[in-house]
Order: sequence, then structure tokens, then C-alpha cells
Amino acid sequence: MVKLYQRKSNFIYEMTPTPPPKKKESELETKADGETASDSDNKPDSGVPDVPPSVDDTPEVFNKALSNLSSRWKNWWVRGILTLAMISFFFLIIYLGPLVLMMIVMCVQIKCFHEIITIGYNVYRSYDLPWFRTLSWYFLLCVNYFFYGETVTDYFFTLVQREEPLRILSKYHRFISFTLYLTGFCMFVLSLVKKQYRLQFYMFGWTHVTLLIVVTQSHLIIHNLFEGMIWFIVPISCVICNDIMAYMFGFFFGRTPLIKLSPKKTWEGFIGGFFATVVFGLLLAYVMSGYRYFVCPVEFNNDTNRFMVDCIPSELFQLQDYGIPSVLQAFIGWKTVQMYPFQIHSIALSTFASLIGPFGGFFASGFKRAFKIKDFANTIPGHGGIMDRFDCQYLMATFVNVYIASFIRGPNPSKLIQQFLALRPDQQLFIFNTLKTHLLEKGVLVASDDEA
Amino acid sequence: KETDVEDKVGLEGDGDQDSKRDSDISELTTSVDSTPKVLNKALSGLSSRWKNWWIRGILSLTMISFFFLIIYLGPIVLMLVVMGVQIKCFYEIITIGYRVYHSYDLPWFRTLSWYFLLCVNYFFYGETVADYFVALVQREEPIQFLIRYHRFISFALYLTGFCMFVLSLVKKHYRLQFYMFGWSHVTLLIVVTQSHLVIQNLFEGMIWFIVPISIVICNDIMAYLFGFFFGRTPLIKLSPKKTWEGFIGGFFSTVVFGFIFAYLLAQYKYFVCPVEYSSETNSFAVDCDPSELFQLQEYSVPLGLQAVLRWKTVKLYPFQIHSIAMSTFGSLIGPFGGFFASGFKRAFKIKDFADTIPGHGGIMDRFDCQYLMATFVHVYIASFIRGPNPSKVLQQLLVLQPDKQLAIYNTLKSYLTEKGILQPAGPEY
Repeated sequence: MVKLYQRKSNFIYEMTPTPPPKKKESELETKADGETASDSDNKPDSGVPDVPPSVDDTPEVFNKALSNLSSRWKNWWVRGILTLAMISFFFLIIYLGPLVLMMIVMCVQIKCFHEIITIGYNVYRSYDLPWFRTLSWYFLLCVNYFFYGETVTDYFFTLVQREEPLRILSKYHRFISFTLYLTGFCMFVLSLVKKQYRLQFYMFGWTHVTLLIVVTQSHLIIHNLFEGMIWFIVPISCVICNDIMAYMFGFFFGRTPLIKLSPKKTWEGFIGGFFATVVFGLLLAYVMSGYRYFVCPVEFNNDTNRFMVDCIPSELFQLQDYGIPSVLQAFIGWKTVQMYPFQIHSIALSTFASLIGPFGGFFASGFKRAFKIKDFANTIPGHGGIMDRFDCQYLMATFVNVYIASFIRGPNPSKLIQQFLALRPDQQLFIFNTLKTHLLEKGVLVASDDEA
Repeated sequence: KETDVEDKVGLEGDGDQDSKRDSDISELTTSVDSTPKVLNKALSGLSSRWKNWWIRGILSLTMISFFFLIIYLGPIVLMLVVMGVQIKCFYEIITIGYRVYHSYDLPWFRTLSWYFLLCVNYFFYGETVADYFVALVQREEPIQFLIRYHRFISFALYLTGFCMFVLSLVKKHYRLQFYMFGWSHVTLLIVVTQSHLVIQNLFEGMIWFIVPISIVICNDIMAYLFGFFFGRTPLIKLSPKKTWEGFIGGFFSTVVFGFIFAYLLAQYKYFVCPVEYSSETNSFAVDCDPSELFQLQEYSVPLGLQAVLRWKTVKLYPFQIHSIAMSTFGSLIGPFGGFFASGFKRAFKIKDFADTIPGHGGIMDRFDCQYLMATFVHVYIASFIRGPNPSKVLQQLLVLQPDKQLAIYNTLKSYLTEKGILQPAGPEY
């Protein structure tokens, strides 16, 4: 085992498994922190040990099976097997349905939050602020309550209207959420201890930025999911594919480094990954658009009290003829091609995943370098923590949500009706008449049907 | 030497040693006596304690007069002033961040901070403009395009800033840059969202802007006066000058003040009407029929008070009841915003946020109790007062697909006919 440690010099920064005495830590740590002039990387690496070194926690069974191979190939195999395991798990939960997906997203969110907060504790060595752990989890709960309440009100409208307590909770939802948050805020202020103000403010800021990043992303993912499972699967698959393809292209053809932050990334990998992902996205979109299970918005059926995905696919998911530009015509020999309009959108999604998505990864790399950690945690052998797998996904979820809101989906009709019912009668009449005029103009409504 | 001391302050978990740090307060703040010369001359006779008192008093009166002036000038000026205050507050907090982290030498980062401020403001103002200026917006083509793809454009702008940040990460300054990134974002979260909520409250009716701010100011002043004359028991270790007597006295006097002030303001249409943009005159108009919230109603006095006041009923505006809720919040929870800011100042060892106002400190010092108030009023209005915005509902209706519009139209028709709001007239088929 010791041999393993010494060989993989990039795995841990220190040679001895025991943490050095605290005095040395603080000396080196302080030098590493506030100084602008020298965040000296060539200086030890032994300044790191306050963060737990990564232990080789590959399961025993793997170790036995792979004990013969050299460590480099062993690493490759471990990563490969875990990748396949994660992808299979992904397919499994898609099969299990929307409800399971939502719960998985929720768990991933909680785990990511936990990982980042733990890093914050390690960086600031603030284990001894017990109030603060409680407060961080409390804020997580508040923000989740707020977001889930907004979602539930939109999508479960009928269910909510039936049950009295739910109706009250939904009507005063914002007020209740705000009160809960305020309680946390006041507890924070009351918990400020004389010698630890700065630490506490740091942790407060750290928690809020983490909430901003992690929780909003996970809720946008769930919004996308409700739009249709295809809007959940295709973006995530594009990012995963881009990761793998960029790695492959880089492995085989990589020569020119891409960015100083991540020395292993190369331009060849980046560009190769881009083209491969676009092609993959087109194919995957084609395959998935044929099934209602993926294409229909997730709805809550009041009668069966369950989620169902059954509908008439919108025109986005119906085959249409597209004329091929004459240049390609000579090449391919077809005049027109039948595609789903969704595939055009998938090109946009793939492009974003390949070109901008990696910036999320660079951000996470910079973060890890800034705080001198190799991985966010050690949850997945060979890959690191959950955050390591999801760092490129952040921007993707927001992009898909904004994309849908801007280009695809209109407003939600049931929500509009709900808002309408809350208006005053004269306002309702005004809107009704305006709508009528609009419909008459458009010819949707025929004048003879309805004379006022 | 700076960095040595600063580093120890930066990271130690157990020793925020106050005694050591007084020596470097001078690095972090410029406690220069910036009182204008004219005041200095006039008050040169008095002792320094009274001089301080007079300066604070005069500046308070000046600020209050300025407040009345901008109210008189109207909604547009108010919006501009709110915008100006927001920018100044943001600047103050970011400057503190620079000092704390000694990150003057990251020129990219100043640009990026201001860029993010611009992005977030663009996003929020776009959402507001779309709601309230529907008529104006429908007319102009380019604006319509901007409105339709507003979220996408805002997101693209933000992403550009994000990518610039990632590309600007310099090898030896990673940690600093991440700190400043987090600092900017938390500041944006606090300052910019608050200022936009203030503006949304303003559009609801200027009274929803004036009364909460006045309540917080009154609570500040009253708590100070009560503390000055009767103060004995300290309230919280964070702010040793605050006392329980000041707190409770401030609470009761603020409730009374809010009650009376609401009564005074509720009579004038100028304050009470929602601010609307009139497409004909191309300016803001405050003219309407006051809602029932601002019409006198009879309330029966509880028996206990009847004996005291010898009135059976009293005429009040319903708004005054709401003003009690706002005063209560402003007096009991508002101060926590002040404690938060005090804790922040102690944590980063600064006396004031800046020296903009002589005797008072920076703009942030004056506005620290207002943070929570603006959000509270906004949430209060959304939950208890205002329904959805009709023009927004209409705008969304018009964007739907024709078949969906027809479905909604029929649903609405049957609903309105049931309620009797719509009279079924004309030939039935």
C-alpha cells in the first residue's frame, strides 16, 4: 500500500500518513493564504495536511482482481468500471420514473452541499462552531422549502386546492418561507461569538454562495424534468459524453494544452469532444424523440394520484422534412431529410455543453487549486466526490431552463388561470375583454359565436 | 508586516485576538475627521462630545429634509436615488473586500465586479420594466425583442462574466480571486435584491415606500433617545451602546408614530395610488380611485379601551392596521440587520463602512436596518395585499398558443358568467 502512495505522487501531497503538528500547519497555512505575492505552489505541499488526504478506498474485490496490473492501468480500469456503473445507475433511475428521479436529484443536492460545506470547515478550521452546522442545514432546508413550494404550487395545483392545510401553506408560501429564513438569520446574529466574528461571517457567506449554486441548479433540473424527461436526459448525457469524448481524444491525440488551470486538457480533446458530442446529441435526440415516455410533460394525475407521462407529442417531437443545403446534397445524395425539430435544439444544447460547460469544470478546478484539495470528497473511487462528477453540469441546467423558457415553452395555463382567479372582478373583466378582442382579431374566435 | 498580521487575522480559528489588531485599524479605515469646515467653525466653541452630538443632529435633519425633497420630486427621482444608493452601497462593501484581502492588484477583478453589478441590475430592471411598462414596450420593436428573450440575454451576459472570471484566474492568486468572487456575489445578493424590492414596493404606491423607511428611521432615532435618557441594561454584546430600555421604548413610540403617519399619508392620492406609466403623457401618473385599504372605515373599540377613550367606534384606514404590523417588524426584527452590520464591522475591524456622511459613516451605515424591512414589506404586500399584476397576466395570455388561449377564454367566460360579472347577452347558440 505504501508503494502505491509513493508512486502516485499526484494523489496526496504528503508522504507521511499522520498529520503534522498544528503549529507548523498554521504557519504554512497563513503564508499560503493572505499573501498576494506568493501563493507558492513549489513550497510544500506539506502545507496541505489540514485537509484529509485521499485514502485509497477502492473496494477489496477490485483490488484483488486487479492486483496484477501496474498502477496506471489499474487506475484506468477502476475509473472505467465506475464510469460504467454510474451510467448503468443513470439508466436504471430513468427507467424507474420521474418520482425516483426527483428524489435522486434531491439526494445529490444534499450530498453536494455537504461536500462543499465540509471543505469550508476544513479551510477555516471551524469545527468548533456547533451552531453553525445546524444553521447551514437549516438554511438548506429553508431554501429547499421555498423552491419546492413554488414548484408544487405550479404543478400540483388541483391537489393543493383540495386540501385545506396545503391551500393555506401555498397561499402564504412566500411569507412563511421568509419567516423561516429570518429565524435562521436572527439565530445567526445571536450566535455571533466575540472572538470568532470573522470566521462566522466567512462561513455565512460560504453557505449562501453554496446554496446559490447548488440548490438553484437542482431546482432548475427538476423544472426541466417536468417539461419532459428528454429535457433532463439529453443535456446530462451531452455533458457526460463531452467529458468522455474529450478525455478519449485527448488521450489519443492530445498535444496542445488548453488552459493553465487544468493541464491535462488539450485543444484536440476540446474540439474533438465538441464534434463528437454534437453528433451524439443528434443521434440520442433522434432515438428518444420517438417515445412518449420521454417526450411528454410530467403531470400529476388527480384521479390516480400519481405521475403520468402520456400526451400527444407537441410538434417539436414530430418528424418533419427539412431541405438539405445543396452543398450537402451532392455529398449525401438525399434531397430532404426527416428530422425532429428537437434535434435542431439538441445541436444548441450540445454546443453549449461542449464549449461553455467546461468552464464549469475549470471553475471547479480553480476552486480545488485555490483551496489545495485534490478532490471534493472520496465518495466514488477513482473519481472523487459527487461534486467532481457534477461540476460541468451546473451551467448546463441553468442554460436548458433559460433556453426552454425563452424559446420553447409558453407560460403555464393553469398557473395563469389561478392568477386570474385572484384578481378583482373589474380587472378580470378588463382582461377578459382584451383577450376576446385579441382572439377576434386573430380569427381564432368567430364573431358570430359570441356577441357581448 | 501588513501581510503577517493580516494572515493571522485571516485564518485562525481560535484567536481573533482583538488586542493585537488595534494597531492595524488604521490600515483598514481612514478615520479622518471629514466634517466640513463650515460646521467646524460654527461649533468650535463646544466640547467634543456635544460637537459630535450637534453634527449628528444636523446631518440627520439634512438627510430627512433630503428625503422629503425627493418624495416631492416624484417617482422617477426616487427610482434614480434608490439606484444611486445601491451603487454606492455596493462600492462601499466591495472596497472593504479589497482592503481585507489586499487585492488591489487584481485589476481584472474590479471590472468584473462592476460588470456583474450591471448584469444583475439589467436582469432585475428588465423584469420590472416588462411588468409595468407593458404599453410602452408593445410599441417599440427592438424593446419587444429584448423583453421576449430577456432571460436568455441576461443569462448570456452573466455567463460572459463567469467565463471572463475563469479565464482571469492567475496562478498565484486563486484563493484571493475566489474570495472576491464570493464576496461580490453575496454583496449583490444583499444589496441589489433589496434595492429592487424597494422599487417594486414603490410602484405599489409611494406610501409603501415612505412609511417603512420612516418607521426604521424613527425607530433608530427613538431607540437612541430612549437609550440616551433612560438606558441602563445592555441589549446585546455586539452593540454595547444599545439598551433594552431603548429597544422597548423605541418599539412603542414607533408603533404610535407609524399609526399617526399612516393616517396622515393615507388621505392623499399622490401617496396612495400605484405608480403607473401613462402612455399618452409619456410620464408617470399617480391618479386613481383609492382602494378600500385607504378608505375610512368604522372599527369598534374593544371594551377595555372604551372606558378609557369614551368612544364606541373609531374611524381608521385599514392601512393603519397594516402599519402596526410594519412598525412591529421594523422595531423588533429590523435591529437584527443593524446587529448583523455591527458584527460585520467588528469581524473586519472597521469602524464605519465609509466616510461619506460626517458623523454617521457611509451610506451602508444608514441603510443597514433597512435591508430586512424592504424584503418584509415586499413579501407582506405579495401575501396579504396585492393580487397578481393584471397586465402581467394579460401579457402572458397573449403569448400562449391560440388553442390554449381559446380554452382559457372559454373557461373564463363560464366562470365570469357564473359569478354574474359577465352578463350573457346576445344570441345564444
